[in-house]
Amino acid sequence: MNFTVDGKAAYAYTANHDVDPQKRTAVFIHGAGLDHSSFALQSRYFGYHGWNVLAVDLPAHGRSAGPALTSVPAMSDWLLRLLDAAKVSRAALVGHSMGSLIAADCAARHADRVERIALVGTGYPMKVSEAFLGAAQRNEYTAYDMSTIWGHAPQVPLGGNPNPGMWMYGDAQARLERLAPGVLYADLKACNDFALSGSVQCPALFILGRRDVMTPVRAAKQLQDAIPGAKTVLVDYSGHTLMAEAPDATLDALIEFLNSGSGS
Amino acid sequence: MAGPKYPGFDTLALHAGQSPDPATGSRAVPIYATTSYVFRDTEHAASLFNMERAGHVYSRISNPTVAVLEERMAALEGGVGAIATASGQAALHLAIATLMGAGSHVVSSGSLYGGSHNLLAYTLKRFGIETTFINPRSLDDWKRAIRPNTRVLFAETLGNPGLDVLDIPGVAAIAHQNKVPLLVDSTFTTPYLLKPFAHGADLVYHSATKFLGGHGIAIGGVLIDSGRFDWEASGKFDTLSAPYSGFHDMDFEEESGTRAFLLRARREGLRDFGACMAPMTAFQILQGIETLHVRMPRHVDSTRKIVHFLAQHGAVAKVIYPELPDHPDFSLCKQLLPNGAGAVFTFEIKGGRSAGKAFIESLRIFSHLANVGDAKSLVIHPATTTHYRMTDEDLKKAGITAGTVRLSIGLEDPQDLMDDLDRALKISQK
Repeated sequence: MNFTVDGKAAYAYTANHDVDPQKRTAVFIHGAGLDHSSFALQSRYFGYHGWNVLAVDLPAHGRSAGPALTSVPAMSDWLLRLLDAAKVSRAALVGHSMGSLIAADCAARHADRVERIALVGTGYPMKVSEAFLGAAQRNEYTAYDMSTIWGHAPQVPLGGNPNPGMWMYGDAQARLERLAPGVLYADLKACNDFALSGSVQCPALFILGRRDVMTPVRAAKQLQDAIPGAKTVLVDYSGHTLMAEAPDATLDALIEFLNSGSGS
Repeated sequence: MAGPKYPGFDTLALHAGQSPDPATGSRAVPIYATTSYVFRDTEHAASLFNMERAGHVYSRISNPTVAVLEERMAALEGGVGAIATASGQAALHLAIATLMGAGSHVVSSGSLYGGSHNLLAYTLKRFGIETTFINPRSLDDWKRAIRPNTRVLFAETLGNPGLDVLDIPGVAAIAHQNKVPLLVDSTFTTPYLLKPFAHGADLVYHSATKFLGGHGIAIGGVLIDSGRFDWEASGKFDTLSAPYSGFHDMDFEEESGTRAFLLRARREGLRDFGACMAPMTAFQILQGIETLHVRMPRHVDSTRKIVHFLAQHGAVAKVIYPELPDHPDFSLCKQLLPNGAGAVFTFEIKGGRSAGKAFIESLRIFSHLANVGDAKSLVIHPATTTHYRMTDEDLKKAGITAGTVRLSIGLEDPQDLMDDLDRALKISQK
């Protein structure tokens, strides 16, 4: 569905449904260099199971106009303006990687707008290596290689894709190649520079892949410790891109978590 | 600092798409000879049908053994994914039917396998899809043939049987300027010799019956998408970027972006046309792919020896192989095919049709049949077999004469092959 935010085109996938004010809303926020389709299966499920879904394309990603935003708080504020445009006052936020930082930031700074947060493939602080940042800043293809290879579990190029006939590395590369120059760098720098302001008090779920090399399980500990009552689901065999590598485990964890709240 | 490393071609050829079977530990790819898959419960069934969960429902749409082949070919070509089909012809039809409907237009190289030419020139025309055939070596011809309703440019990486080397970067640029994709048949080159996506092609298909299998025991095809063509931005592909009433008004591009083409091809093309690959066939073709990187250098090495031998032979008027300096695509071949121009080539025998007949009937090792890319060496006379439906004018455009003989060089001792050819050539001139 197309929206206008700050006078520019903004897009969110809604699973072919209008936003219904009577329903709870789940917002899916993609990671660095990705777009709404990284949550294709999970967002579609909730869209057909009683929820409003808004799987967003952040500015300069997917179908949303640029330029790219350069900090996590700026992305959070943009997201809330998109919720305003969709007439959604309060939502559950599901974020992957960079999107998880946006979800946590929204929950910390705008608690009244956030019902609960699910953080998929996360770490905090989310420091990015100088080699990765530098390659992205120079718009070198190596940055896409790093994102692709480190973004998946080591067995992915040699193992089977749960989605029949698809090649995860090729899909990651194809999506990254659609980015305008500088967008991946803006995303990575935003992750690298982010410092959480305030505390998260809403219910939180961590979904982490045991084979994540981009944000290893241990990288989430500081944030897990900082959120009272946070729950964690560890997914065997999955790397950083849990939505594609372990789509059912990710969806099952989200179903249990999102449906456990009343929305109040 | 060096970046992280991708697995090499040889490793992917052996492993991509399959980890040891979780149920049994089987190292080899298991043959899942099943039509259908038990749902965990009604909720799981509904989610699979509505594409909320990944998995298999019915083997016409997807099958675990076939999926290994698909993922492996996507890995070898560098695409987002692939769909295996009942034959190479089924792959071509699936590509076209996914991209367009009646009222659309194809611009195609005139130098094509006869079956592909027939599909485009006659069969699809009956369903309202027109094709303009052009000289693939003329970029101006490609440009001139494009109409407002053109939806794809199509050619073989090595034209059959004239071995025109397709200028993939040049034709892809023309396609993209006109907001349409370039589809190539890469059967003769395989991903070992050429990766069309790296040069700008958008869609690739193979007759897997040929070098991919290599054993001549299974008919199959595979269609791979690069995921790089932006269907939404093009604005010309309603099948991919407009709501489809045949699947809950799904807009495939909106749903999945880079995966839109394959999603529609699987959810509509395999579902409705049904030209799927059987799991046993996928298993057989996978056995071939596991040695593709070992076989192709040998195919090419033997071909070079035999091309050189024939070029010197007194009974041969001309040898057509892109690595020969007198071939019109010699320079392009060096640029695009540094590892070899494949193992299929043609030559003109002195004495025309009667000499050609005597030659073929005198061969002892070469098998006279309608195929290429086998481990065994093959021979055929295109004008009376693979291309027999083409008019004289179309034959000429495709570089075929009454004396053209096509060879597919296998993995036998190359000296035995040269001896066989030499004996048959001498008999043909009596």
